[in-house]
Amino acid sequence: MSAAAPVAPVAPSGPPPLDLVGRSGVGPREASAWSPRQILVTNLRAIRGRAYPRWRGLFREKSWVAFEILLPFLSTSAFVFVYRSLHAPEAYVGFVVLGGVMSAFWINVIWMMANQLWWEKSQGNLELYFAAPMDFMSILFGMALGGMVMSSSRALSILVIATVVFGVSFSVSSWVLVILVFASTLAALYGVGMVLASLFLVWGREAWHLGQMLTEPVYFVAGLNFPVARLGLLGALSVGIIPLATGLDAMRQLVFAGAPFPIGTPAPEIELAILVAMAVLSTALARWMLAVMERRARRDGRLTIRWQ
Amino acid sequence: MSVMSQEPRVGAASEPAASPAAETPTTATPPASPAVPAGTPLALQVESVRRVYKAKSGAVTALAGVDLEVQAGELFGLLGPNGAGKTTLIKILTTLLAPTSGTAKVFGFDVEHETKRIRRIMNMVAGGEQSGYGILTVREQLWMFSQFYGMSSADGWKRSEALLDRVGLGEKKHQRVSTLSTGERQKMNLARGLMNDPWILFLDEPTLGLDVEAARSLRELMLEWRAAVPGRTILLTTHYMAEADELCDRIAIVHKGRILAIGTSAELKRRVQRESIFRVELDRLEGGVGSIAHLPGVVKATTAATDGGQAERQNVAINLVLEDDAALGAVVGALGTHGSRILGLQKSEPTLEDVFVELVGRGFEDEDEPEEHVDDPEAST
Repeated sequence: MSAAAPVAPVAPSGPPPLDLVGRSGVGPREASAWSPRQILVTNLRAIRGRAYPRWRGLFREKSWVAFEILLPFLSTSAFVFVYRSLHAPEAYVGFVVLGGVMSAFWINVIWMMANQLWWEKSQGNLELYFAAPMDFMSILFGMALGGMVMSSSRALSILVIATVVFGVSFSVSSWVLVILVFASTLAALYGVGMVLASLFLVWGREAWHLGQMLTEPVYFVAGLNFPVARLGLLGALSVGIIPLATGLDAMRQLVFAGAPFPIGTPAPEIELAILVAMAVLSTALARWMLAVMERRARRDGRLTIRWQ
Repeated sequence: MSVMSQEPRVGAASEPAASPAAETPTTATPPASPAVPAGTPLALQVESVRRVYKAKSGAVTALAGVDLEVQAGELFGLLGPNGAGKTTLIKILTTLLAPTSGTAKVFGFDVEHETKRIRRIMNMVAGGEQSGYGILTVREQLWMFSQFYGMSSADGWKRSEALLDRVGLGEKKHQRVSTLSTGERQKMNLARGLMNDPWILFLDEPTLGLDVEAARSLRELMLEWRAAVPGRTILLTTHYMAEADELCDRIAIVHKGRILAIGTSAELKRRVQRESIFRVELDRLEGGVGSIAHLPGVVKATTAATDGGQAERQNVAINLVLEDDAALGAVVGALGTHGSRILGLQKSEPTLEDVFVELVGRGFEDEDEPEEHVDDPEAST
């Protein structure tokens, strides 16, 4: 007689119980005592989490092709035709193309960083972010990281299309410096975006107008379509305080080496140092402003509440 | 004197309430949850919390001195009309708002100074919530929120799927959030609220605007989630009386920033029902209701309309108001003596609406939005 085969346990019918994490044995006070490592890991994961919707949006929002590549490209093309009709040095075509590339980042900083918290508040996300255990800076870093990835692909598209269409030729003096300047420019730009995010939230309904105000005027003082040194003292001032101007000028000097540059702006190495300082300062300022904003939100009861 | 007024007063409004009926707000002792480990602190401890907003029209008092204690493991309801202060209290307890004065603790952590500790063990879901990003799928949305609570990517996906299956959205997990119906969206929100397996879940009008079936489904989930692990606590705000009645271990009735009464549903109802009311259906009654109206303990006996068809209409139904349940024995005995056969006996229970009317002097539906709340963030929540 053979031994009976073991009976397989019968799976319980019905939906699984709502005890999925299995924290049994850990009480609420123990569960809330996090180690420094746990805090760090949570913040890193929060950055990844907040960057995720932007990463996904890159593939799901088809309209961006029209709005964020073709439209800037048309604007860039107009300047190219003007320069060519005026017989300006061919390097100016490259300056305009580079300006068009960097405008993708500035648009992203204004409309998807600075205005973002205001939008998050109206959606009800802001209070959920505040009520979650991560540092709110992680949300800003995540927004910035996602924005950088999203805009980089758009910027690259503009660069490739414009280069092919207008036959731009580059003469790079130092790839290392180009990469460092580009990375520092993004860090400084998104640092400014993080600062503006808190400011726009405080200013509330005026945020939309502020966004408009910071688009065309900044394009002008940053020398988006011409060398910023043409603005003289204003240009020098721009390089000192507007990261778009600093980064653009430094990159133009580095990728169009030998081009007829007007005198008046610092060397790329100095501009790199300015960009690094801007990135550090703006991040610190953003952190301070967030702390102020949260204090104010909790005191006044307005910033995190949807309808105010 | 009501039954409740004889019980120890643990938490109550610290200032006199608005209506004469509410001048002696009484509370029941929080019931100890038997399965919760000894030494677990109170889930909520609120002492003399006031919250004043600055509005264009001047200072608006949203909370006028609230005292409250909720045991770990309780499902506690805040019941009150719009503008009562329920949402303000939730905002304070979820660390989003600072009290103007007073103290509030969540599992022993101070809401003003230990916000991070609280945020690690709580979550919140509001009715009509539109949180998240419509461009994400339902599954991605939950995963994103899992990252804010420090879950690993793999655990986040796993738990998202498990919760979606559990709330009945398994088939919609790859659908974009923007395509969900209101009920589905609220189920997803509840799943989000459970993502970090909180010790305390704040639910602010979670069934607002849902159809009957969706609301029932959410209520079942809440109860099941809480029952799965001892100590899980829910603070629920609602202005649906039946919801509070059905779900909550204890209920606080809130009005104009004050807690007027706290207790179990039965305790609150006993507050307004000082007599026992029965409806008795008989095959016949010799001598009419007058034959029992004089019996000891009978306050009032009246004839009631009978429902049903012709056969039922030949029966006799009477409404009895008794001093207490004990008087019923004498009535039943007397009916037997008169040769009446009892076909049905039903005790009438007051509703929470009756309790509210008793406390406030008017019903929920009659409630006027206080003018001073027009500029108040609470007014629309």
